[in-house]
Amino acid sequence: MTILVIADYSTDQQDNKVLAPATLNTVAAAANIGGDIHVLVAGQGAGAVAEAAAKIAGVTKVLVADNAAYAHQLPENVAPLIAALAQEAGGYSHILAAATSNGKNILPRVAAQLDVDQISEIISVESADTFKRPIYAGNAIATVQSSAAIKVITVRATGFDPVAAVGGSAAVEVVAAVHDADTSSFVGEELAKSDRPELTAARIVVSGGRGMQNGDNFKHLYALADKLGAGVGASRAAVDAGFVPNDMQVGQTGKIVAPQLYIAVGISGAIQHLAGMKDSKVIVAINKDEEAPIFQVADYGLVADLFEAVPELQQSI
Amino acid sequence: MKVLVAIKRVVDYNVKVRVKADNSGVDLANVKMSMNPFCEIAVEEAVRLKEKGVATEIVVVSIGPSTAQEQLRTALALGADRAILVESADELNSLAVAKLLKAVVDKEQPQLVILGKQAIDSDNNQTGQMLAALTGYGQGTFASKVEVSGDSVAVTREVDGGGQTVSLKLPAIVTTDLRLNEPRYASLPNIMKAKKKPLEVLTAHALGVSTASTTKTLKVEAPAARSAGIKVKSVAELVEKLKNEAKVI
Repeated sequence: MTILVIADYSTDQQDNKVLAPATLNTVAAAANIGGDIHVLVAGQGAGAVAEAAAKIAGVTKVLVADNAAYAHQLPENVAPLIAALAQEAGGYSHILAAATSNGKNILPRVAAQLDVDQISEIISVESADTFKRPIYAGNAIATVQSSAAIKVITVRATGFDPVAAVGGSAAVEVVAAVHDADTSSFVGEELAKSDRPELTAARIVVSGGRGMQNGDNFKHLYALADKLGAGVGASRAAVDAGFVPNDMQVGQTGKIVAPQLYIAVGISGAIQHLAGMKDSKVIVAINKDEEAPIFQVADYGLVADLFEAVPELQQSI
Repeated sequence: MKVLVAIKRVVDYNVKVRVKADNSGVDLANVKMSMNPFCEIAVEEAVRLKEKGVATEIVVVSIGPSTAQEQLRTALALGADRAILVESADELNSLAVAKLLKAVVDKEQPQLVILGKQAIDSDNNQTGQMLAALTGYGQGTFASKVEVSGDSVAVTREVDGGGQTVSLKLPAIVTTDLRLNEPRYASLPNIMKAKKKPLEVLTAHALGVSTASTTKTLKVEAPAARSAGIKVKSVAELVEKLKNEAKVI
């Protein structure tokens, strides 16, 4: 049994391509399934990502497909590459990708090309063919079994502790095949610039909701977050109101986080927000409405005016 | 330009679902059903394209039980011109739905297909991408902006780091994210008019599509409950608890 993990990566502020941390959680899921683990890096000039992938603990081979067609991980070109690799002689039993925006974009296209169902966002591996995944915004957990010859799976990073980023020494092999469907092209991107830790990888997350009243007031959360070394998130209500950009949204349709400490400020606790953070180890809620549903999941609740409590909290830690 | 919109009938997003006692699934008896919120955004986007003169006809399709006619009528009231129901009593997986939609695409030959990015029941986030694979079309998933010009469409997508714009040759597949638009409500006169709009009912068999699945649901359980903790009286008490009890700061 050999498992192919699709590496995800992003471009940092210095324009370097950096392996996405969720790839380490995905390799952890692969290790739970058992077997040889290969990692595919598809892109253009993503050599640094391939080097990083070769060091991941437990990875035995890294495949690098370096071509302009794979730049920006366009699914129309990357999916046929993955499907072809999967079907080669001695191909793969499982194809895994992190449930990041790239993984979610590319992998269903691979599954359809292979004529198999995809299993989305697994949170645990029960056996090589049986997995658990949340449905209905995490209000139910389904155990599903796949009879597909090649199992195509996206992995919810918060369900698996990451493997070590170093310690491995995998062989790096070049894949020459070029698939260019010529149906799509990259136009541009607008990426949020921030020195704070990425939400899904942060040890502490501070999030604000509608109670913040406006975008300017998020400065209180940034100050607190910088003191704690935390990432900053937001509820859908705060994003929809235009306080902060969408890449900060935590929830069913935003980012799923499970940090050691989650501090919810001025967030009422809608089901769709809880779906994105209720697996956090410790949850703190600060809200002036003592009936807010967020208090039902919070380990520590503080009924207070956030504009007094947050600066005081920042001062006292 | 003809636009095809695919919609799904799901549990209303305000309903707190309960798992059945025998762990066979989620209890859907006597529960309010609605159009999936992302599908409402897809319908709205098609209607706006028609209002701008970009789209000439909007065909709305749903794969589901006969009761999904209610959601198709809602889409007709919002501005779709005609509807197709591919009737299926079984709960179908995304691949089967994508294959049925492919058959409808072959029949209707739309230039643009708009779907919700995910259904809030199965939370799969697969059907649009799979339909794109089966048709060979380009895909603009998680769209926050859609602009058709000539024979291509520019789609701005919500991605982990912010926003990304891709250009797709038409025909193409678009899946909607939350901030693409704010769906309107249907007016009473339009609800009345929608009752007279054409609604065709087909079956998977008639479309010649196999809906076989490689996945079996063994059981469905309630998630581990998280119990409420304590209320602290002051910031000082909170800091003390986080330091000495939870030991997270």
